[in-house]
Amino acid sequence: MLQQRHPQRFPPHLIRIASLLCAAFLSTPARADAPLNYLYSHGDKADPVVSLTWGVLIVSLAVTVIIALLVAGAIWRRPGLAMAQPGSRIEVAQPAGGMRWIWIGVSISTVVLLASVVWTMAVLAQVSLPATKPALTIEVTGRQWWWQVRYLSNDPSRIFTTANEIHIPTGMPVRFILIGGDVIHSFWVPALGGKTDTIPGQTNETWLEAHAPGTYRGQCTEYCGIEHAHMGLIVVAQTPRDFQAWWNHQLQSPVAQANGQVAAGLMAFNTHCGSCHAVRGTDSAGVLGPDLSHLMNRGTIAAGELPNDPQDLAHFITDPQGVKPGILMQKPELSANELADIQAYLKTLN
Amino acid sequence: MTIDDYERAPTVAVEDRQPALPEELRKLWETKPGFLGWLSSVDHKEIGIRYIITAFAFLIAGGVEALIFRLQLAGPNLHLLTPEQYDQLFTTHGMTMIFLYAGPVLTGFSNYLWPLLLGARDMALPRLNALSYWIYLCAGIFLYAAFAFGFGPNDGWFNYVPYAARAYNNGPNIDFYSLGMILLGISTTVGSTNFIVTFLRLRAPGMSINRVPILVWGTLTAAAANIFAIPAVSLAFFLLWMDRNLGTHFFDVPTGGQPLLWQHLFWMFGHPWVYAIVLPAMGMVSDGLPVFCRRPLVGYTVVALATVATMVLGFGVWVHHMFATGLPSVSLSFFSAASIIIAVPSAVGVFAWIATIWTGKPILTTAFLFFANFIVLFTIGGVSGYMTGSVPVDWQLTDTYFVVAHLHYVLIGINVFPVVGAVYFWFPKFTGRMMDERLGRWNFWTMFIGFNVGFFPMHISGLLGMPRRVYTYADGMGWDWLNLITTAGSYLFAIGVLMFLINVVRSYRNGPPAGDNPWDAPTLEWATSSPPPPYNFVVIPTVQSRHPLWEDRLGGETPGHSYVHAGLVLDHGRETVGTSPLDAEPDIILRMPKDSFAPLILSLTLTAIFIALAFNIWWLAIVGGLATGADIIFWLWPERGLGETAEPATNG
Repeated sequence: MLQQRHPQRFPPHLIRIASLLCAAFLSTPARADAPLNYLYSHGDKADPVVSLTWGVLIVSLAVTVIIALLVAGAIWRRPGLAMAQPGSRIEVAQPAGGMRWIWIGVSISTVVLLASVVWTMAVLAQVSLPATKPALTIEVTGRQWWWQVRYLSNDPSRIFTTANEIHIPTGMPVRFILIGGDVIHSFWVPALGGKTDTIPGQTNETWLEAHAPGTYRGQCTEYCGIEHAHMGLIVVAQTPRDFQAWWNHQLQSPVAQANGQVAAGLMAFNTHCGSCHAVRGTDSAGVLGPDLSHLMNRGTIAAGELPNDPQDLAHFITDPQGVKPGILMQKPELSANELADIQAYLKTLN
Repeated sequence: MTIDDYERAPTVAVEDRQPALPEELRKLWETKPGFLGWLSSVDHKEIGIRYIITAFAFLIAGGVEALIFRLQLAGPNLHLLTPEQYDQLFTTHGMTMIFLYAGPVLTGFSNYLWPLLLGARDMALPRLNALSYWIYLCAGIFLYAAFAFGFGPNDGWFNYVPYAARAYNNGPNIDFYSLGMILLGISTTVGSTNFIVTFLRLRAPGMSINRVPILVWGTLTAAAANIFAIPAVSLAFFLLWMDRNLGTHFFDVPTGGQPLLWQHLFWMFGHPWVYAIVLPAMGMVSDGLPVFCRRPLVGYTVVALATVATMVLGFGVWVHHMFATGLPSVSLSFFSAASIIIAVPSAVGVFAWIATIWTGKPILTTAFLFFANFIVLFTIGGVSGYMTGSVPVDWQLTDTYFVVAHLHYVLIGINVFPVVGAVYFWFPKFTGRMMDERLGRWNFWTMFIGFNVGFFPMHISGLLGMPRRVYTYADGMGWDWLNLITTAGSYLFAIGVLMFLINVVRSYRNGPPAGDNPWDAPTLEWATSSPPPPYNFVVIPTVQSRHPLWEDRLGGETPGHSYVHAGLVLDHGRETVGTSPLDAEPDIILRMPKDSFAPLILSLTLTAIFIALAFNIWWLAIVGGLATGADIIFWLWPERGLGETAEPATNG
């Protein structure tokens, strides 16, 4: 089955072959197949790093191939002597000329290494700060095992909180303030830039920029406990116009219809969910779990683990410890009716 | 026996003309038979072998752990293990391989080989040597006992706070890990001290520091590094233990504690430690490879200097484990440059080894294959390290499988492959028997292919973004087939290791006799019998070059030549000769202690203290402390036989 899906890429057996195949493989567009790869970039912060990564990768492959060939050549250039009986005397010599290898090899290595240092410093300077002033600031707090996202503004009425799905405008740098909510996590959206840790007790900063609209996957990359594997995040880049529209929409409180089932669902939600989750404009104002206002606008639930469809949502609500063992959320005591009501209510959180 | 004994002019004799001497020395040096004798032995060879066997036992345990969780990772969304089981397994795997295998196995080789390489009769401090082993064994059992009861460490071997703090990790897991690491740190410190003193004082007359084998340089620099590095990690674990048990706030964020303090203390130790567990192995290659190339190592002096330089620079690169923690760019630049430039001394080694093969006449034994192949694996581990040294690149690479690939090429490529090669090389000396070369070929190729099939694809899964330390992963990420290959390769690698173990057992029973010097090698360990007698050398050799046993063919470095079967007769008790630190001029006769139970008892009482601390049984901790103090007093009580009591000279 695996072969059918990837007939052109099958395992290399020896490193030398592997090195070559690896180069060939990596040049095929692997973007869609591997959403977290960092060999292709889509933003100002990631672009210079990708060039540098390819640069040092190619140097590394070249060095490996050269050294492997030299070792192989050194072994096979003379017919190997056989080991006679243990203890028999075998010819020994001290031919000159060996030191040349060290001087030449180390000199070339040193030049390559120094050049790499210079290139590294140049890229570091280039990506440390954005070229222009960031258009907006988003505060991201890493929590076991989800991301709290807060959009900051000078106008307090435009500040709001969401979770796990971060929308940004294209074509302009966005500043991120990174906060450790409990243990250390690491904020990473490979297509747009490298990692920065969220560390409790200190505030870190980074910035990202996306050239084009699209959805970019991110992931926590600092080991943070048993659900570290399931701490994804999504960055949605939109044109500035769409982004403003999205922000404006997020600021509105979702309107609960007077319809019987939805109203019952709201009450059940307030009772069973509201001490941990918040929905703006309702009695639910918990802060332990993700803010669920506009839940239906998000593509995924459970920090990127499940698609946001009715079936998976019901599954997550009724068996949180089965979906994500170890999370804070416990199985709520819900009757079938209550579950249906809550589902009906959640559907209205557009 | 009086004190002036140590200032007497010892007699010089030719071995062959002293037929009674070997038997006399054997009586003086031999460990008593039986279990009690075994427990009290301070013979460096006995201790060395115990170290190697114990380390291999841990290698097997760590390997089995990896084989279990590789099954979980063979495909997406597999759930053979619960997340907690997975986390304890990957943490225990790391802890085992890094602390209980990689360091101790090299200590074992050096323990066995140093006195033989240096022409001495034992390590400088034989009882400390035994103490070092017993504490290592106790610490290993302590850590594994917790694991067996389901309380293995679960926060990675690096054990970052605050996840390791009581608030997030409430079980006893981290307490056992912290205390076990402190206990193990005592063993490493004791062992390292012994190597340093042995280097400075126990080299054979004439073995000036420019004549010692590179393995000795590697172990010496590792030992010196440990003396500076271990305190940082022991302190860190002690502070954490106090945070968790006594309510201190070193790492407690709400009260102003600093998570990054942990990372600095840990990596200030952690990175030098990485060099400490590869430099001696590189030394093995530097000494073993030339034997099969039938020439001395090219560039001895620069390789020795590069070894020391690597270790010194190794103390200035720890922040490359912390590039993503939000440190200022200036600091990142410094550590990035240092992390890239540290490759220069490594390049010295690589080209020295290649030049040695190129200008020599290689004999393709199994040991040679392991040593030569190491050069390539070392290069792969080196270049991937060079990539992670570049800050902006590391921001992408770090905490992905690329780093997993890197560290396994370093630890398996630069530690396991040379160690297995070293067993093929020195097994004849250890046992008096040759290993099977035919099975050796199978062993080598299986390990080589299995290793590369298993670990090379990890580079690619890393570049495709697979994060480390995940107990499972979703499909559709592009990692499925790579992980399947990795799992298959890891099993093939394990079969290779199994072949090695079979070869060791079979050869130990039935291998053909080796003789003193089966490889026609040049250094002192090959001048004595295989296995060496308890006293190592009948007479103390005198050394005049780096290759005393090749002098008849290559000549010496200075006028005169080495004497390996004629030299000082030291037979008034357990004696060896003390020499000056640089030029190795003999200046004293050293009286060595007899076998003793003190090291075993001391390690047991120390362990009792740690068990007491783990369970917060304070009275037991106090009893253990008193018993430890009493044992130390007993140990250090001045002994007449060791010249420790003041006694007027009677015939001086």
